[in-house]
Amino acid sequence: MTPRVIDPRSTANATLTVAERTDLLVVGAGPAGLAAAIAAARHGMSVVLVDENPVAPETMGDDVPLHFGQRMSGAVRNRTAMTEAMLGAEPALADAMEAGVDVRLGTAAWGLYANGPSVGWLPGKVAGLTDGEASWMLGFKSAIVAAGRRDMGLAFPGWQLPGVMGATAAERLARLGALDVRRAVILGSSAEALLAAIAMRQAGVEVAAIVEQAPAPIGPAALLDQLAGVPVLTRHVIAAARGEAGGVTGAALARLDDDGRRIAGDPVTVGCDTAVLGIGAVPVIELLDAIGCRSVFSPARGGHVPDVDAAQMTTVPGIYAVGDCAGVWAAKSMDRAVAEAEGRRAAAHAAQAADASDGAHAPEEPAVDLSAYRLAWVRSAVVEAAPGFGAEAHVCQCEEVTAREILEVRPPRYLNWPHPLRNSTDLSALLGQGPPNADQVKRLTRAGMGLCQGRRCREQVAALLALGAGAGLGEVPLATFRAPVRPIPLGLAALPESPDMAEHWDVWFGIPGQFAGGWELEATQAPAAKP
Amino acid sequence: MSDDAADPADTTGASVIIVGGGATGLSAGWWLARAGVDVLVIDKGIVAWEASGRNGGGCTHAFSPLFREEQRLWPQMDELLGYPTEFSAGRIRIAMDAAQWDDAHRVVRYGERHGFQTEVLDAAQLRELVPLAGEAHGAYWHHFGGHANPHRTVQGYAWAMQDHGGRVLQHTTVHGFAVENGRVTAVETDRGRLGCDHLVLAAGPQTGKLAAALGVRVPVAAARAEMIVTEPLPLMPVGGADGNGLYGRQTLRGNLAYGGGPHEWLEECDGMGVPPRSSTPLMGNIAAHLIEMFPRARHARIIRSWAGVIENTPDGRPVIDRLPDPSNVVVATLSSIGFGLSPATGHAIQELVTDGACGFADLSTLCLSRFDGLEGDWAAQRGWQPVPTARSPAG
Ligand SMILES: Cc1cc2nc3c(=O)[nH]c(=O)nc-3n(C[C@H](O)[C@H](O)[C@H](O)COP(=O)(O)OP(=O)(O)OC[C@H]3O[C@@H](n4cnc5c(N)ncnc54)[C@H](O)[C@@H]3O)c2cc1C
Repeated sequence: MTPRVIDPRSTANATLTVAERTDLLVVGAGPAGLAAAIAAARHGMSVVLVDENPVAPETMGDDVPLHFGQRMSGAVRNRTAMTEAMLGAEPALADAMEAGVDVRLGTAAWGLYANGPSVGWLPGKVAGLTDGEASWMLGFKSAIVAAGRRDMGLAFPGWQLPGVMGATAAERLARLGALDVRRAVILGSSAEALLAAIAMRQAGVEVAAIVEQAPAPIGPAALLDQLAGVPVLTRHVIAAARGEAGGVTGAALARLDDDGRRIAGDPVTVGCDTAVLGIGAVPVIELLDAIGCRSVFSPARGGHVPDVDAAQMTTVPGIYAVGDCAGVWAAKSMDRAVAEAEGRRAAAHAAQAADASDGAHAPEEPAVDLSAYRLAWVRSAVVEAAPGFGAEAHVCQCEEVTAREILEVRPPRYLNWPHPLRNSTDLSALLGQGPPNADQVKRLTRAGMGLCQGRRCREQVAALLALGAGAGLGEVPLATFRAPVRPIPLGLAALPESPDMAEHWDVWFGIPGQFAGGWELEATQAPAAKP
Repeated sequence: MSDDAADPADTTGASVIIVGGGATGLSAGWWLARAGVDVLVIDKGIVAWEASGRNGGGCTHAFSPLFREEQRLWPQMDELLGYPTEFSAGRIRIAMDAAQWDDAHRVVRYGERHGFQTEVLDAAQLRELVPLAGEAHGAYWHHFGGHANPHRTVQGYAWAMQDHGGRVLQHTTVHGFAVENGRVTAVETDRGRLGCDHLVLAAGPQTGKLAAALGVRVPVAAARAEMIVTEPLPLMPVGGADGNGLYGRQTLRGNLAYGGGPHEWLEECDGMGVPPRSSTPLMGNIAAHLIEMFPRARHARIIRSWAGVIENTPDGRPVIDRLPDPSNVVVATLSSIGFGLSPATGHAIQELVTDGACGFADLSTLCLSRFDGLEGDWAAQRGWQPVPTARSPAG
């Protein structure tokens, strides 16, 4: 056989610098990730467990990775104390260290990569990690992603104010003693919203009210019982967060009729310094989607979730999803044993060991139609936001795009595009050509293209497209996620290149003659000649 | 008109059917529709989903026979389309060493040949025009070329074409053709057969496969290339600045969008689908080149990376040609450099369809017949093949 010719400027000639290797990478040190890491270590695997917490205060200030709404206390500036708080709040962390797991707190996984149909140059599966000081690649055989959940945003007037925060963020800060809230209104009554309310109360926060657009609370009665005494305002929606630059001072609440439409009339204002977004707990699937795991829309599991088999393995071999990122439902949120069992099952499979867990827990029948429920919130609080409650809110806060601009597919304001619409190029025109496409609308309006990487607006944009199309949430294809799934400075991300790569680095393909002037070529040159 | 398209069962054929809703196909569709021709653009996905929505937005192709038309059209595109393209004129090319400086001079020469000027910038001027730049070996400021926003431009072609009565049919894959008496009479799609008087193949990496269905060889090999984008930074006076082995721009929003470095050759596209366009840790290498050139951007955070798939012909130059047989077919593969040229390409394709020849540029160096007699293993001879490890089980 003639020796294979290599294009020196292609990835065939590139070598990736891999700083370290492990059998198993576990992303996320919640109940599922910890159970997975401990089990895998006991099965004899080398395990690296990363968790981005404690997150740097500046990052939290950008609402990354959760919607912290500036309600973290000064405590988050003391990294050592935060790490100790984490260890105190989660005894299993010490168990993991004891079991031999290489536990790395304050370390984020910003990308997972594997060879696949269009990538073949990687030396096996690798993850991009950063601890804020450096960034490097870790090689691994299997990865168990236990990245948890985050909160769906809701762009009511004033939602950009400090003090509007996610339920998951509130619960986390409350548990770590780093929540700076005195009086809160909870939006939504799901199990996750109620659990946040309970954790906040335990942290000394006064819960002023639970607001629910549905006719009855949707969360488990057992949790509502624990919140006895807190008024639950059903058939109400937040009309606006009142406040000044310093933050929220009150929540204006409007009543809804039996059809969920807003009833005209003066809203009731409840004094509070915080409004907690509890309308949708969203599985964090970004690492999984970016590496190419197939996802499915599953209302019982909280929306778009990875398609996993009985061992929690995704459609990318060796990549597992466990805990909330594999699906959020009330029983799982209320009992960590469910997530832990998922973690152990994945660990056993990755270690090719017998599964000691008690089999899969299936989600319960959902209390409400998830799509209808989330769409009702967006319709009543965002689309039907009444004038007089302040400026039209930006659904995408980073890029400052309103619901109207999304539905009209308007070019972004920085262009100052002077032309009136020449024809109807709004969403309905795009819909004439197929299902609503969140990526297309993102590219044209920039909604979701900003620094928070769409974490605050993505589900709302999908809801707006669904409402515009008269479709359910499940019919709007998931907008793609991309690495890095955390914003990462160029200077940190910079990787030294291998000598081969450095020698042959080219701005483009480096094909001889590709960029030569046409007049310098013979019209009948022999292109078959080798370069 | 878009209602028709919602239900392809109701979609009728067209005088001209264009396969491929990228920059090339939609620009051609727009030019044809403006000329009053009944045109239908068919895409297997949504418009601009492939390379046309994943590129660097550069519009400076001084080597191309279509350069003059590219330069003539870009400054007018917002007006002509009625939609914003974010075109910004001018390019600054930064060289970090003598080799890069020598290499950059070629574009200076080519520009001069067409009567375009280039200035040499001193350190202070460079600092003023490109404040993110640091110490450089030298910099050229081309008073020609520029950059635009690919998403907005390509969607603008589609909308402007529709304004002129043209149609787009998305989510529809073309897999074959009906040929009678040396002419294509219809395209076969996964949603039925659509009649046509003329056919334009502008299907990017799939152009070779589709041409093969007509018994015509259009030699192309597909590859994946990657880019990164940062959070927005304050706008520099000239955003169209690149160099140091990178192409790209600061967008009008302020993001730094850059690419360069190794590409990855792909398996011949299976069926009609382009494989998943994953990006890889090359992100870090691109970042390293970028901060060498823009040390003041060290702290700018990367918020996305992506990859796109482009095809190349054996000499890396486009094919834009009307076939002798079947005689009513125009083939256009831009060979990995087709966004910036697209205003001109569409014009050329329109003339090839309506007049049989391009009247404003000499396209002889882009003819298909230059590949007559090409060896069957031309791609292997060049190493334009997937990395061998691609097939080994990932460890
Ligand atoms: C990372 C990157 C950076 C780049 N930078 C630049 C740059 O700065 N400047 C520049 O000028 N160029 C650049 N390019 C190249 C440029 O993007 C492409 O040359 C150009 O977009 C090609 O456009 P096209 O319409 O010919 O092909 P494509 O954009 O590939 O469009 C082809 C279309 O055909 C459709 N299709 C294929 N098969 C079928 C079928 N059977 N039935 C129906 N539809 C089908 C596809 O879905 C696709 O939408 C870059 C490319 C990449 C990937």
